[in-house]
Amino acid sequence: MSWLTPEVIDILFAVFQAVVILLVAVIAGALLSFVERRVLALWQDRYGPNRVGPFGSLQIAADMIKMFFKEDWIPPFADKKIFTLAPAVAMGTVLASFMVIPVTDTWGVADMNIGILFFFAMAGLTVYAVLFAGWASNNKYSLLGGLRASAQTISYEVFMGLALMGLVAQAGSFNLRDIVEYQAQNLWFIIPQFFGFCTFFIAGVAVTHRHPFDQPEAEQELADGYHVEYSGMKWGMFFVGEYIGIVLISSLLVTLFFGGWHGPFDLLPQIPFIWFALKTGFFIMIFILLRAAIPRPRYDQVMSFSWKFCLPLTLLNLLVTGALVLLNTPAAVN
Amino acid sequence: MSANSATAVPPYTENDPQVVQELTERFGEHAFTRQATRTGMPVLWVGRDRLIEVLRALRDLPRPYVMLYDLHAMDERLRTHRDGLPAADYTVFYHLLSIERNSDVMIKVALNEADLNLPTATGIWPNANWYEREVWDLYGITFTGHPHLTRMLMPSTWEGHPLRKDYHARATEFDPFSLTAAKQDLEQEALRFKPEDWGMKRQGKNEDYMFLNLGPNHPSAHGAFRIILQLDGEEIVDCVPEIGYHHRGAEKMAERQSWHSYIPYTDRIDYLGGVMNNLPYVLSVEKLAGITVPERVEVIRVMLAEFFRITSHLLFLGTYIQDVGAMTPVFFTFTDRQRAYDVIEGITGFRLHPAWFRIGGVAHDLPRGWEKPVRDFIKWLPKRLNEYQKAAMDNSILRGRTVGVSKYTTAEALEWGVTGAGLRATGLDFDLRKTRPYSGYQNFDFEIPLAANGDAYDRCIVRIEEMRQSLRIIEQCLNNMPEGAYKADHPLTTPPPKDRTLQHIETLITHFLQVSWGPVMPANESFQMIEATKGINSYYLTSDGSTMSYRTRIRTPSFAHLQQIPAVIRGSMVPDLIAYLGSIDFVMADVDR
Repeated sequence: MSWLTPEVIDILFAVFQAVVILLVAVIAGALLSFVERRVLALWQDRYGPNRVGPFGSLQIAADMIKMFFKEDWIPPFADKKIFTLAPAVAMGTVLASFMVIPVTDTWGVADMNIGILFFFAMAGLTVYAVLFAGWASNNKYSLLGGLRASAQTISYEVFMGLALMGLVAQAGSFNLRDIVEYQAQNLWFIIPQFFGFCTFFIAGVAVTHRHPFDQPEAEQELADGYHVEYSGMKWGMFFVGEYIGIVLISSLLVTLFFGGWHGPFDLLPQIPFIWFALKTGFFIMIFILLRAAIPRPRYDQVMSFSWKFCLPLTLLNLLVTGALVLLNTPAAVN
Repeated sequence: MSANSATAVPPYTENDPQVVQELTERFGEHAFTRQATRTGMPVLWVGRDRLIEVLRALRDLPRPYVMLYDLHAMDERLRTHRDGLPAADYTVFYHLLSIERNSDVMIKVALNEADLNLPTATGIWPNANWYEREVWDLYGITFTGHPHLTRMLMPSTWEGHPLRKDYHARATEFDPFSLTAAKQDLEQEALRFKPEDWGMKRQGKNEDYMFLNLGPNHPSAHGAFRIILQLDGEEIVDCVPEIGYHHRGAEKMAERQSWHSYIPYTDRIDYLGGVMNNLPYVLSVEKLAGITVPERVEVIRVMLAEFFRITSHLLFLGTYIQDVGAMTPVFFTFTDRQRAYDVIEGITGFRLHPAWFRIGGVAHDLPRGWEKPVRDFIKWLPKRLNEYQKAAMDNSILRGRTVGVSKYTTAEALEWGVTGAGLRATGLDFDLRKTRPYSGYQNFDFEIPLAANGDAYDRCIVRIEEMRQSLRIIEQCLNNMPEGAYKADHPLTTPPPKDRTLQHIETLITHFLQVSWGPVMPANESFQMIEATKGINSYYLTSDGSTMSYRTRIRTPSFAHLQQIPAVIRGSMVPDLIAYLGSIDFVMADVDR
């Protein structure tokens, strides 16, 4: 087997890793739809889906069968190309973002120097999914949803980037793996970068359009907003895309602020996967709990919260961090 | 009228002689014909030429009649008992309410079939608008000067005026219905909204407006309700509420059901109100019949009515919080409702629509052991209410969504005919259970919760507190339930007491006739208003001495509340409208009847 050189094995292993991470992300996203319903039901004093399979565990299969076989209908008044493109963008951009996340010290798809920037780029693109869907559906509710989405995303992405800059300044790298290593050697960023964590978390919820920032859908107001005209698998992609988004933001939070695959106080370094999954699961639950717990602010209140509260807070955080970093750096030689 | 001067509501004056005196002094003895009724208010007939003058005088009197409580009509052509009344083919009546006098007056106008036309009252009370449209819709009486006299309840393509006596009541009396493709297109086209019809512009100076059709199938429209919004971005420039999708002709059906068999229909007017709907109807019929019910009946009725106030308010609370975006509380309030319904089911045998009150009593006596579930429920609910208060009402996001949103003053509320919690949230202490006690409410110790700002938040706070007061009333019913009969001993009680039927042939015959034909109510008119779950609900009954009602006018609170929407919401945003709709607490069955 002369062709099986170490390089080829490395490549095959990298491909294998990529495929596994992709599958895990998609399956976790799909499973989340079931988990969320059951967990919400638990908090809401009801049963949730418990009929299909033991404890309702096959509900997801039933949902998928339904979604695949449903008529894939495009309204005659819609702009067909963009209408079809939108769900692909929705799911594609979040999946692509998974590329930069280091799951353990050996697992991860791409080890990019610009990891965080790549995530920002992808997050910036996700808004096009909603915009395209809102515009192409040619429906007034969708349009209002699309409008809200673009306004909200622009406001929240401004400080989402800034929220992480303090952390980048401290770690001195955009590379997520370096950031995790930095945390392992020093302190998890949740402590020095607490305000960065708060604002990034808020922005993360806003970017995934999760409650209470689900303004583009806002069932009570816009009757599901931008995806009101979607059905079948196209709708399913928006749906699963949203859940994958939750997984993505949760794992980013873990990577950036909670030491990635490391356990607290370097406990049990043998089980990096489990640490990573546990911590990510915790944040996923927070996402769901948020949805169960609070009402939805008005759209203009969301915007003013972003510009008048979060943005100044991130700037302040960046200034203070910058000052501290400068203080601790040995003076440059002139 | 300022809100403060109105807050002191004097005791109720039945058949207020003073207003009659004031009117005759001003217009002369001959301007009016007085009709003796059992409505509890002076009923004055006035000529068409002086109508507007008289109405305006009533509006401008010292201590004015600020509220046009009701306006509707009656087809008089088949009415036989009309002694001493002016000749009329149709009558239009104006029911006016004064807060400062705490008394009512009814003005009637006789109309001839050949000339069905009246001047509009929209210039005096803005809420005459929808009532006049409905009268035109159902009776074909036109109102000169009305800004938009079109169909209200029936589709715009409808032919005929359904409440006329010569209009069939049964589907079998019509030709079979068919819908051709062409007709369907026509109907669809008729539903298209044309802003120009409503005097709306499609463009402003620098912008095009978007017309957004919200409903009749929208998650927050609370039933089949359509409201068309003229939007500039997300700001509502103007809007047109459209009702009628839930119209079932309840008033028409009353004219072909016996007095007794109509009771189940009343349950379905405000379908969350259950027996609360029976109450004004049976009280009104009892006035016609001259029945005084035993004390036990009154207390049982009050207890069940308050149970339904709680179930209705719980549903309101859950959906209201859901409308502002919190998904969880609705499940909890529904759990509480289930508990209340378990009690109701234990007592009446039914849950949502018990139809359990009877003319002269209730259907059955209380079952053995009824006290325990009632007591359990009284113990259960208060801590849950505190939880809702803490988890939802004190939440800053919810407050941000509702405080100061869709605000109106007492004066505005009164001129639009707003009653119930929506009125009391503006600070006016007007609850019929205190101001015009009925069914023994004067014997109970409870308070009327008030608020000051009249916004979406206050309307909810008032209702939460009302539930606590209802619990107090129920507790008093529980502790002081009088012994005695659950039916009045009166020949018109329906079904009649059966004790002596097998010994006494006269009683047997009466019983037989009453059960088969139904009771015959003496010819007269009667009226009863109650503080229902959503505001003031009333039945204005006209009997022509038959087994069926000649005319049943059901005045529902939600109708008035929806008419007010555009006046309140102009200039707000779409999410504010949703919070506002949630805070009104309406059901479309209550609007459309």
